[in-house]
Amino acid sequence: MSVLRPRVSVLTREQIEAVVADAVRTLETVGFFVENGPALELLGAAGVRLDGQRAHPSEGQLRHALATAPPRIVVYDRDGTPALDLGGDAVHFDPGSAALHVLDPVTRRRRSPTTRDLAHLAWVTEGCRHIAGGSTALVPSDVPEALGDRWRVLLALLHGRKPMATGTFQKDGFAVMHRLLAAVRGGDEALRHKPLAIFDCCPTPPLKWSDLTCQALLDCARTGVPAELVSMPLGGITSPVTVREMIVLHCAESLSGVLIHQLAGPGSPIIWGGSPASVDMRHGTTPMGAVETMLVDVGNAQVGKHLGVPTHAYMGMSDAKGLDFQCGLESGVGALLGALAGVNLIAGPGMLDFETTQSLEKLVLDNEVCGMALRAVQGVSETSAGEAVDLLRQVVEVGSFLAHPHTRAHFRQELLIPGRTIDRGSYGDWEAAGGPDAWASAHAEVQRILARGNPAPLDESLQAELLAIMTAECARLGLPGLPADPLP
Amino acid sequence: MAHEELLAGLRQAVLDCDEPRAARLAREALDTGMPALRAIDGGLVPGIQEAGRLWDEGEFFLPELVGAAGAMKAAMAVLQPALAGGGSRELGRIVIGTVQGDIHDIGKSLVATLLAANGFAVSDEGADVPVERFVTRARELDADLVCASALLTTTMVQQRTLVEALRAAGLRARVMVGGAPVTPAWAAQIGAAGFADNAVAAVAVARGLVRS
Ligand code: B12
Repeated sequence: MSVLRPRVSVLTREQIEAVVADAVRTLETVGFFVENGPALELLGAAGVRLDGQRAHPSEGQLRHALATAPPRIVVYDRDGTPALDLGGDAVHFDPGSAALHVLDPVTRRRRSPTTRDLAHLAWVTEGCRHIAGGSTALVPSDVPEALGDRWRVLLALLHGRKPMATGTFQKDGFAVMHRLLAAVRGGDEALRHKPLAIFDCCPTPPLKWSDLTCQALLDCARTGVPAELVSMPLGGITSPVTVREMIVLHCAESLSGVLIHQLAGPGSPIIWGGSPASVDMRHGTTPMGAVETMLVDVGNAQVGKHLGVPTHAYMGMSDAKGLDFQCGLESGVGALLGALAGVNLIAGPGMLDFETTQSLEKLVLDNEVCGMALRAVQGVSETSAGEAVDLLRQVVEVGSFLAHPHTRAHFRQELLIPGRTIDRGSYGDWEAAGGPDAWASAHAEVQRILARGNPAPLDESLQAELLAIMTAECARLGLPGLPADPLP
Repeated sequence: MAHEELLAGLRQAVLDCDEPRAARLAREALDTGMPALRAIDGGLVPGIQEAGRLWDEGEFFLPELVGAAGAMKAAMAVLQPALAGGGSRELGRIVIGTVQGDIHDIGKSLVATLLAANGFAVSDEGADVPVERFVTRARELDADLVCASALLTTTMVQQRTLVEALRAAGLRARVMVGGAPVTPAWAAQIGAAGFADNAVAAVAVARGLVRS
């Protein structure tokens, strides 16, 4: 007996096909611009029509690339256990990546993040049971800029078990980030076999691949590290403002990414992801909590599924500046829509203020949001017809199911038991606890998690190996030694 | 067309974001012997001021503000050569760009557009601009202000290098910085003269900086 999976869609099958047709025609006629030399060579060698640095692939070439891209990607945690099953309608969450600021729970204002914040973020992520993936979600300000991207991977490996979403900030970043990951996994081939990290690769809207992000795409393809395409049409600025045309542009950019990637490494894992935003026409900002942004995300996921590749979106985040009504509204609606759309990997938890600010407190609140969304897509479990009649016949005299074995047998699977930040107690209990608000209960939960220390210390010899790799990298960059204590 | 009618038409063309109409009316104004300064002060400036007022009231949105600026620019291109003393209408000269290693240029372009619409002569150097390029352009143009945008934690430091390089070069240009990771504290720390966290505020800060 199959269970109905609750689902949301914004495009019919015919509409999806029309979107793809528009995207293909855009690539054939308008083409996409490539700043990266090796990528241009690959495209040229594959017979893609080049007009200077502008590539005009044919539909056949694009279809061929899609055919070699795997429909499912399994990402494993640090111990080698499957953690993310990206394919079909499976849904997983990971914290929104690469914030510029961290929200200080005491001042409730943003400040520059440090290495310690990043370690703590990994600890809290470990403590969030509904958030299956990790991410290098902060860029610490206490290490030199040249280390920005790779230092985060070191920290994530030292402080957490969950696989991570990450990305390069500089072209030379990939090699050492890969070395760190491979060291933990036990070699390059082992890492290819059991990926531990996903790398974001962003085309520049509209229809351009910068040298840096294109290089990341090539590096991923060649090493088998999953690449996550993060196309981000900004409606009304770098994209037409209408939702459908944003989906078309996202599709065209993503197709161009799949093409380059599959030429560089046929069969290498690639994710149809994105971070589109419909621009706020008053402030010129890029709201992730706007409902049109979410419509585009759902449409993108439908297109990705139709084309047979795993999907990703930045959803479940808010543009609020603190933990308030707007924060809960936007995070909740986004996460739920993403889950209902069957987006395989939803990056967002913890993130505020247009993807610029991470909050550990928001992360533990979002853990509840994610739990709710994941429960929602499980839908109504199938029991046998007539069961209610039997049960009611047995209990109608007693009047209560509380002591009935059926309740004991089912309530744990049937009910999502919320964490401490969701208040289901009485008014009196709440008052007696000092009347905590979202900030207070979230902060208490964060403190509870942090008090336990590093929940996932790494094996000592591996730890030494990683520190040696980073020390060598520092020397290569002319730095005197490790710039901060990675085990604060 | 009578002069009054032409001026009203120019004002309306700006408000309607109609570039071809603004340029055509500017040409007509010159053809009928209207001084360029009159067309600007009596037509374009009231138009852009009204656009600003509508913006303040929440009636106008960015597409309209930028569109009005575009119409103003189209008309100015026609009128400028006819102005006695060439660039005498400029509020100040600005060099703007996104720092090296950073390709985020949307915010920078928005700032550049609004600065230009508000009467500054703006030289937009694009994105991924090396410090030396900022310095060279500032020298060439004898700029009043150099504006640098940075969106990455890893590229923000270029703003500091820029402040130091301009000082070392002995140029008079002051520096205004912005971008998502940039805070007033950072601006103060690196010795930048100005900071704004949105394009509308950037115009006000720029005005203050060139005046002082
Ligand atoms: C759009 C975007 C992109 C687009 C940029 C397209 C383009 N043509 O600009 C693309 C896809 C190319 C991109 C690429 C990358 N991005 Co990006 N991007 C963004 C995003 C979502 C929005 C930026 C934006 O345009 N906002 C809208 C504009 C209007 O706002 P604004 O830029 O802030 O500008 C306003 C004010 O700041 C101010 N202002 C701006 N400049 C100036 C200058 C002066 C002088 C003044 C006074 C004021 C001022 O006024 C502006 C108008 O109101 C931000 C998140 C964010 N909210 O900032 C991430 C973000 C900046 N990107 C990020 C990252 C990591 C990257 C990549 C490294 C990803 C990767 N691994 O491939 C690459 C970088 C490549 C490179 N070397 O530059 C991170 C930065 C992390 C960090 N700690 O540094 C962010 C914060 C997202 C995130 N959390 O992951 N990105």
